Amino acid sequence: MQKADRFCSIHKLPVFFILILSLIFASCGGESKNNVTEGIKDQILHMGNGTEPQGLDPHVVTGVQEFNIIVALLEGLVAEDPKTLEPIPGAAESWTVSDDLKTYVFKMRKGAKWSNGDPVTAQDFVYSWKRLISPGLAAEYAYQLFYLKNAEKYYKGEIEDFNEVGVKAVDDSTLEVELNYPVPFFLSLLSHHSLFPVHRATIEKFGDIDSRVSKWTLPGNFVGNGPFVLKTWELNKIITVEKNPLYWNADIVRLNGIHFYPTDNEQTEERMFRSGQLHLTSTVPIDKIEVYNEKSPELIRTYPYLGTYYYMFNTLRKPFDDPKVRRALAMSIDRRQIVERITKGGQMPAYAFTPPNTMGYTPEAAIPFDIEGAKKLLAEAGYPEGKGLPECELLYNTLDAHRKIAVAIQQMWKNSVNVNITLVNQDWKVFLDSQRTQNFLISRASWIGDYPDPNTFLDMWVTDGGNNHTGWSNKEYDSLIAKAAQTIGQKKRYEYFQRAEKILTEEVPILPIYTYTKISLIRPEVKGWYPNVLDHHPYQYVYLEK
Amino acid sequence: MFKIILNRILIAIPVLLIVITVTFFFIRMAPGGPFDTEKVLPPEITKNLNKYYNLDKPVFLQYTDYLKNLTHGDFGPSFRHSNRTVSEMIFTGLPITFELGVYAILIAICIGIFAGLLAALSPNSMQDYIPMSFAMTGICMPSFLLGPVLVLIFGIWFDLLPVSGWNTLPGDKILPSITLGATYAAYVARLTRGGMLEVMYQDFIRTARAKGLPEAMVVMRHALRGGLLPVVSFLGPAIAGLLAGSFVVETIFQVPGLGRFYIKAAFDRDYTMILGTTIFYSALIIFFNLFSDILTSWLDPRLREH
Repeated sequence: MQKADRFCSIHKLPVFFILILSLIFASCGGESKNNVTEGIKDQILHMGNGTEPQGLDPHVVTGVQEFNIIVALLEGLVAEDPKTLEPIPGAAESWTVSDDLKTYVFKMRKGAKWSNGDPVTAQDFVYSWKRLISPGLAAEYAYQLFYLKNAEKYYKGEIEDFNEVGVKAVDDSTLEVELNYPVPFFLSLLSHHSLFPVHRATIEKFGDIDSRVSKWTLPGNFVGNGPFVLKTWELNKIITVEKNPLYWNADIVRLNGIHFYPTDNEQTEERMFRSGQLHLTSTVPIDKIEVYNEKSPELIRTYPYLGTYYYMFNTLRKPFDDPKVRRALAMSIDRRQIVERITKGGQMPAYAFTPPNTMGYTPEAAIPFDIEGAKKLLAEAGYPEGKGLPECELLYNTLDAHRKIAVAIQQMWKNSVNVNITLVNQDWKVFLDSQRTQNFLISRASWIGDYPDPNTFLDMWVTDGGNNHTGWSNKEYDSLIAKAAQTIGQKKRYEYFQRAEKILTEEVPILPIYTYTKISLIRPEVKGWYPNVLDHHPYQYVYLEK
Repeated sequence: MFKIILNRILIAIPVLLIVITVTFFFIRMAPGGPFDTEKVLPPEITKNLNKYYNLDKPVFLQYTDYLKNLTHGDFGPSFRHSNRTVSEMIFTGLPITFELGVYAILIAICIGIFAGLLAALSPNSMQDYIPMSFAMTGICMPSFLLGPVLVLIFGIWFDLLPVSGWNTLPGDKILPSITLGATYAAYVARLTRGGMLEVMYQDFIRTARAKGLPEAMVVMRHALRGGLLPVVSFLGPAIAGLLAGSFVVETIFQVPGLGRFYIKAAFDRDYTMILGTTIFYSALIIFFNLFSDILTSWLDPRLREH
């Protein structure tokens, strides 16, 4: 009986199970720490950074989240002014430009060091740029250097000798760069991560000049010349960097470190922000924008971003081979409603392709919002009241935000000009394949500028341009873009661009919808985080203060 | 017994080979390649990329090359993460997913068996209805709903537990484990109840009672062993499912486990990573099914004889 008593009451079992459960988590118990307040004390910035980076090799990676980390670890010849993005001295102390704008001579900064103590020299840049255009490395951004004399030939294997390429170390502290033709935005290109230097001895220790798969970017191996050094990297969890005492301008760096969190789920990121784990997010879920705007506007920040959300037409297929049909559709959507009712993030309706105020350039031409005019155009094209127009497909990549916009536009076309379209969505990679093979009639698209210059938007629509999936071609347009590329004075250049933009708004191979904004959640304690159109924030100038 | 195990292992090899073959060719058939981006690359760059990753060779040759490397245990480098190999990534993610899975399964077993027992001991009373309604809710509630709700209550309103992370802040393992375990706990509860009810009316239980054993002894010593059979056969596939299906919970809670790599790899068309993880998961599922079969036959003498 005594033995049986031990099992006597089955109702005591809950105690037993609760005991087990608490044992499981015994190691986890304790007070929850708050990154935001701790971070302010220790000058450690905690930021959400989109997805897990592909890597940290400046010559191999392509995305924004990689750039956000690399810019802390490496510095190009020129850096960016945190407010205006104007080129300011970086690894180069100063530079001179020849009158024809084709030759640049950079004076390297005296005393600039790699994080292992080696001096940063002109040869480092020659080596790094050679690496970028080594065919074996297959760098996605190799074409960024094709402006250099003979660089493209070297990449294609037409010449073997790298000495013929337009970059030369005259001595340790002088770098001479020769271009094919004047490139007005060349200095801005230099702050792109693909043109950043890498440490030769480190690269060669872990592989060859053209090894894509290499361990040199791992913590402990990485040698950089930027304001921070790589400390830890846990896949899908966190990347941390700490202040680099050997950085030439270490005196102005106030942060002691940055923690980058790969946050591919924006809802999770928002929750992390709300619970005090992040100072700053990479984005804001659409459904939360209004809530923050109303309840805590001091935490949400919106500023223009150098990008355009648009639809493109396949101009090789009926009925969009007729510019009148394209223009009619472009004239009959109410962009203001889309940005005010759907996207709600302060986006601006776009009536031309290049975003307004791109380095002082604002398109003068505009696609009007004119339903009556659109009806007239459709009638002229042979489809009065939309009659006879076949039902067309609108393709977008699977994402709720795109679907909402597509549904709104579908309704607008139905109501205003009686044009019926059906919506089709595809997974991202399938969608890209459809675009590339021109297997669409109307397709959603977006373009984010690579550098602050109208050229990054307008040169993509030249005949057979790699990103021109519309099949559209216009000789006059091509020649205007070509002329602008050869022109030195900004005023004259912008005139060519204005004329090109006018052709674009008349022929409408693409239908601009809105200009992007960058929206993020940011603690008011984060200082020195200035709004700019590329969303670049050099961390040297960032600090945390109550 | 030994023969059965050997048999099953031998069958596993062609099964794995079929999985590899189908995956290998299917991912290559899917439109869009690993290096397609919104900004189209100049053709000569694409050519060099394909060359670097052997994608310029005929597909069948790529296949035999892959199999050849596989026999040396080499899954190749990840297409997307240039400084990591697939094996490295699997073995970074796996321990975390495994740990999460263990906690979840412990929660599922503890809560599930307890609730099922409660319900089975006095069927059709409040003691039955209350846990079973919870179980029903648990089965119906998907983790992408339960997770954020738990976060809202315990992470944000009461500020008791961290809302995300793994092994960074104290207590950050609790919410993901509960979220992942809840659905399974619910299944276990229902299975335990069913199994126990069946056993409780059998003759040997009546005999046990007739011998004068106290009720608790009858349940723990005699009924439980038979009553838990359905739970055990469920656990094998469940553990495999937990490991393979934890990606939702991993995403919600920023847990750096294997599930997130798997899904991301599929979207990125990271061919080697997709193959590596698929092979790995297939092996895991085969193993756990085998494991639960062995366990079932140990618990149920009737199966052993066949």
